[in-house]
Amino acid sequence: MAETKQVERPLSPHLQIYRPQVTSISSILTRITGNALVVAAVMIVWWLLAASTSDAYFDLANAVVMSWFGKLVLVLSLWAVWYHYLAGLRHFYFDAGKGLDIPTAERLGWACIIGSVVLTGLTLLLI
Amino acid sequence: MVQFTLPKNSKITTGKTWPKPEGAKTLRKFQIYRWNPDDGQNPRVDTYFVDMDRCGPMVLDALIKIKNEIDPTLTFRRSCREGICGSCAMNIDGINTLACIYGMDEIKGDVKIYPLPHMPVVKDLIPDLTHFYAQHASIMPWLETKTNRPAKEWRQSIEDREKLDGLYECVMCASCSTSCPSYWWNGDKYLGPAALLHAYRWIIDSRDEATGERLDDLEDPFKLYRCHTIMNCTKTCPKGLNPAKAIAEIKKLMVERTV
Repeated sequence: MAETKQVERPLSPHLQIYRPQVTSISSILTRITGNALVVAAVMIVWWLLAASTSDAYFDLANAVVMSWFGKLVLVLSLWAVWYHYLAGLRHFYFDAGKGLDIPTAERLGWACIIGSVVLTGLTLLLI
Repeated sequence: MVQFTLPKNSKITTGKTWPKPEGAKTLRKFQIYRWNPDDGQNPRVDTYFVDMDRCGPMVLDALIKIKNEIDPTLTFRRSCREGICGSCAMNIDGINTLACIYGMDEIKGDVKIYPLPHMPVVKDLIPDLTHFYAQHASIMPWLETKTNRPAKEWRQSIEDREKLDGLYECVMCASCSTSCPSYWWNGDKYLGPAALLHAYRWIIDSRDEATGERLDDLEDPFKLYRCHTIMNCTKTCPKGLNPAKAIAEIKKLMVERTV
């Protein structure tokens, strides 16, 4: 009988080759926004803590948070809150066993993406 | 575990460009994943050119033509050529589907073909489905009964039989499971859409008498609940089935029996 050779099989490519689509993009955005918001929350807590520490320390923290970069983080966090909230509603609907056909699921996915941008714009106009 | 990059031995290199067929007017470029277990090299992507005037309409037709006329070492599974055996599932143009029923007119530009994603490769376009089949076997894919066997057959009303529509048609091609990011990262413990669709098919079969045991078995942080309703499975199913919906129904049954 022929000797069988042990070979280490390669793993076929996955993320590298799979077509990005609303189904997967809306899901990964939920993860990214959720995790990013934790980081943003730490920044905001630090800002508040600085306010209760001392004037000098608050000036430093305030300068960081109010810099263009800090503001960018805040605006993106605002969008992340809206996106995560809408995605949560979408998943709530899914959990009831509804909207689980591709046309509806994709429409809801787009609604989360577009809706979050629109709501972010509206919020910025109001504050 | 989530690992975004490919292991060292799986990184893809540029392969050979095979000569164009002579006298062909309409050429189409194919980029196909190759891996040979015998040469100790990394996987590569080879480029082939097919004369579309002398080729059938489906991706499988082109693959067979390449194997017959250009490169006999190209390796892939195929059998029925009509979407019923599930053998020729592969990643075509970025999505998982059956090569035999995917028309080349549906693809813009070059045709890129890879094996089903995130699977160990046996050779070229052939993934190792051992674990996938074992997961299917684990959900007890048969009618489980406790009452005495009836004299003739297990009867079922027309309405109850209809509940199996959209489930029994699954050909176990593994397109859905290997399109699922959750299955990519946790496929060792998460059963994946195909096995779960089959689990649901037996759970709702009116003749089956092991519903409780079946649900008990799925009551697990990984087997069922790694499904995050991404829906890549339903999006890609070449048979137009809806594994995501089947999984959601199992989750609902889990809740219903607790409350």
